[in-house]
Amino acid sequence: MIAQLTLIERQYAIMISAAVAVCGALMILVGRDDAMGIHGALVFLAGILTIFRIGESYFAPAPSDERLAHYYDDPSKVAIVLAMIWAVVGLAVGDWVAWQLVEPDLTFGVAWSSFGRLRPVHTTSVIFGFGGNALIATSLYVLQRTSRARLPDQVSPWFVVYGYNLFCLLAVTGYMMGITQSKEYAEPEWYTDLWLVVVWVVYFLVYLRPLARRKEPHIYVSNWYYMAFILVVAILHIVNNLAVPVSLGHAKSYSAFSGVQDAMTQWWYGHNAVAFFLTAGFLGMMYYFLPMRAGRPIFSYRMSIISFWGITFFYMWAGSHHLHYTALPQWVQTLGMTFSLMLLIPSWASAGNVLLTLNGAWDKVRDDATLRFMMVAGVFYGLTTLEGSFMAIRSVNSLSHYTDWTIGHVHAGALGWVAMITFGSIYATVPWLWKREQMYSPKLVEAHFWLALAGTVIYVFAMWNSGIVQGLMWRTYNESGTLAFSFIDTLVAMHPYYIARAVGGLLFLIGGCVGAYNIWMTIKVPSAVTDLAADVPQPAVVGSGALRAAE
Amino acid sequence: MIVEHALLVGISKSFGLFYLIALSVAVVIYAMWPSNKKRFDDAAQSIFRDEAGPWR
Repeated sequence: MIAQLTLIERQYAIMISAAVAVCGALMILVGRDDAMGIHGALVFLAGILTIFRIGESYFAPAPSDERLAHYYDDPSKVAIVLAMIWAVVGLAVGDWVAWQLVEPDLTFGVAWSSFGRLRPVHTTSVIFGFGGNALIATSLYVLQRTSRARLPDQVSPWFVVYGYNLFCLLAVTGYMMGITQSKEYAEPEWYTDLWLVVVWVVYFLVYLRPLARRKEPHIYVSNWYYMAFILVVAILHIVNNLAVPVSLGHAKSYSAFSGVQDAMTQWWYGHNAVAFFLTAGFLGMMYYFLPMRAGRPIFSYRMSIISFWGITFFYMWAGSHHLHYTALPQWVQTLGMTFSLMLLIPSWASAGNVLLTLNGAWDKVRDDATLRFMMVAGVFYGLTTLEGSFMAIRSVNSLSHYTDWTIGHVHAGALGWVAMITFGSIYATVPWLWKREQMYSPKLVEAHFWLALAGTVIYVFAMWNSGIVQGLMWRTYNESGTLAFSFIDTLVAMHPYYIARAVGGLLFLIGGCVGAYNIWMTIKVPSAVTDLAADVPQPAVVGSGALRAAE
Repeated sequence: MIVEHALLVGISKSFGLFYLIALSVAVVIYAMWPSNKKRFDDAAQSIFRDEAGPWR
């Protein structure tokens, strides 16, 4: 890892780590009366450990120029391993909080494990830890191959990977200490947000430079999606997190916005986080790994362009559907609702592209669990975007809002679409990256697929039932015109569904653990075939699906 | 300068509507333009092109 760096790159890496350590030391000094001081210690430690890690191999011989004849994949490899670690942790915490809703005593009476603190640990770990690392890993992989250009240098990608994971670590440890700005999916406080801005700008530059030096005349559509993801997340993150800290030595800050403007900014951010973090980036993944794995080009490249611009320009306006029946002006609510409905067009263009690309290769979908992960992801993408457009209609929202239906919708997207396309892409790319003929155990990939699918279906059906029951109970009146059910009645009605949800989540978690084990073993066990073509992914040859006796 | 609510509503209901329609039309024309077909088909195939590594 370090031996790949040239001497000057090793020196740059040490200087950057030293700067991080100095920042940590300053945070310890000014934040000593606050939880921020603990974060300072964490940052300081991260900087120092990195310096020692580089120091270990500092005098290793310089790499030969032969390295320039290959793509630079080490950061992608590390990010995939980190993604799987975050996946296991995030899913485990998610299932824990699901069981807490079944049995509230499962907090064990300490502050850090209360539902309100563990829930953001779950969402941040799975969305930013798992999803974010998978996006960084695959984006750098796809970028280099589709541009036929190597990453510009060997330090900045490492800064992105490790810097981003430091952000995730500061975020989740902060929640457990009670540090939060109480904005959903934007919980980290001001100094953690500032750190992410630095990391993200570097990520964008790392992405732009190989594109500028690309050999292909046309920028492949995956790169459009990945770039929209990086650029828009930067804009969203900076605007929504404009805040003034009470002092430089305190974690607490106050938002620059107040009242309904604050709510609107937050859900402009929140829904576009869904759009550009959880959709655009993963569509970029899909448009590369699905054709590669299926061994056939995308069905309609034109449709992918139309859906790209549709998603980019429609999603921006959809956020206000989170604020139906609030103080937000009625016309802004209607605007959000209308754009949410129009979103169905670009969303289904992409979902249709998935299925039509696979049309004619269903034998491969049947035989190959990796490709099946991607196919199911496309189906769930289509279902979830239909459901989302429907739920954004004001009158439907009056039933669904604040109920578990929303939780079911989110997980249909997060488990069914995001996690499935990610696992599919990771299973495709791990053998390519580590030069293996195939995954350590295709049977375990198959097991993971069925565990993930069963878990998702159980989860989503439980939450649909629970949500609609809950919504109906909240709006049932008796003859005298008062509410027929007390709040506690609805909790009793939801209890069986909460057990089902936690069981579904457990299946998904077991699947994630099986996947992590399989990936680890693929990395650890050397392949029988060692001379696989160096950097080129191995697309399945068109029409090579092995015929079986029955055919 | 104070931006009034009525001004924002006015802009979004006039200019906002038309620029988005114009944009949608432009995107569809670009994507469906007959002479662009070869370029797009080529792009869709580009990821399969055999090559040994980065060009520089």
